[in-house]
Amino acid sequence: MKLLRQLLLILTICFSGEVINRLFGLPIPGNIIGMIMLFLCLYTGIVKLEMIADIARFLLDHLAFFFVPAGVGLMAYLDIIESSWPTILLISLITTIIVMLITGHTVQLLKGGKKDEGTG
Amino acid sequence: MRELVDTPFFGIIISIAAYELGLILYRKTKLSILNPLLISIALVMAFLAKFNISLDSYNKGGDIISIFLGPATVILAVPLYKQFESLKANVVPITAGIFAGCVAAVSSVYLLARLFRLPQVLSLSLIPKSITTPIGIELSKQIGGIPPVTVAAIIITGIMGAVLGPFICKSLKITDSIAVGVALGTSSHAIGTTKAIELGEVEGAMSGLSIGVAGLITVFITLGAARFF
Repeated sequence: MKLLRQLLLILTICFSGEVINRLFGLPIPGNIIGMIMLFLCLYTGIVKLEMIADIARFLLDHLAFFFVPAGVGLMAYLDIIESSWPTILLISLITTIIVMLITGHTVQLLKGGKKDEGTG
Repeated sequence: MRELVDTPFFGIIISIAAYELGLILYRKTKLSILNPLLISIALVMAFLAKFNISLDSYNKGGDIISIFLGPATVILAVPLYKQFESLKANVVPITAGIFAGCVAAVSSVYLLARLFRLPQVLSLSLIPKSITTPIGIELSKQIGGIPPVTVAAIIITGIMGAVLGPFICKSLKITDSIAVGVALGTSSHAIGTTKAIELGEVEGAMSGLSIGVAGLITVFITLGAARFF
């Protein structure tokens, strides 16, 4: 029952996120409203980590697997992207470098002289 | 025989089997390029094509797996909550870094896509490519992209980050552990985070934290920008 009870809690938050999304016509996806709600629940102590520990481990451990059908769904769109594959790869490479450059150096610049906590 | 592939068991079984194969291959070779998700998607696609099975048949089971994407997004609040103390200690550099990275991601992707004359629907599909898949799929839907193309771009970006990330950071003189972690998580989400965890505890924690934050920031700036264009 433990896993089911934890699943019930997470699914209720998912569902509430969808309800809030529809009710207020928000542009933020229901899933993300749910994520914010769960964070607030954890932060305020309404939900304790132990109450969702098992389901959290199950979902986070298998995160990548849940994306398999979404990726396979690409088959339906092969025609559209067929000729664009090299371009998509090139854009991915260039933007990954740009994003790492900007992100990393913004952090380093603002951290300033503070010691690198990661060494050792 | 034919109607057997129309039971939901079929799609679920080949998905799990393909993923297991991908995991074995990855563990045996330790090659980042042989990412289990990428391998399993390719294997399922090849299987469906070889035996001439329609995507609709596969999706009878596939849709059941996809249901977990909702709870999987919500649960990202857990690592976010666990790392909240280290976030607070460096809140300004980290959030500014993620925010700058997200702005750079969204604008550079869209501008490059237009520059290379990709169709509009593809350009929109590429915008969420640096963020985690469940959020990326939702954002792609909201802005009129094609979610499976977004998933493909997200996986490609993730693998590039994991494979090339350490090399790129070193070349660009990103040496601070927190900076490296935030850079990996912001540019290449969960797949990049697997590499960050290998690099060190701080890198892993910061990368994991960046997944959720970058996802949210990217949603807000993209939907904000969409109102003006």
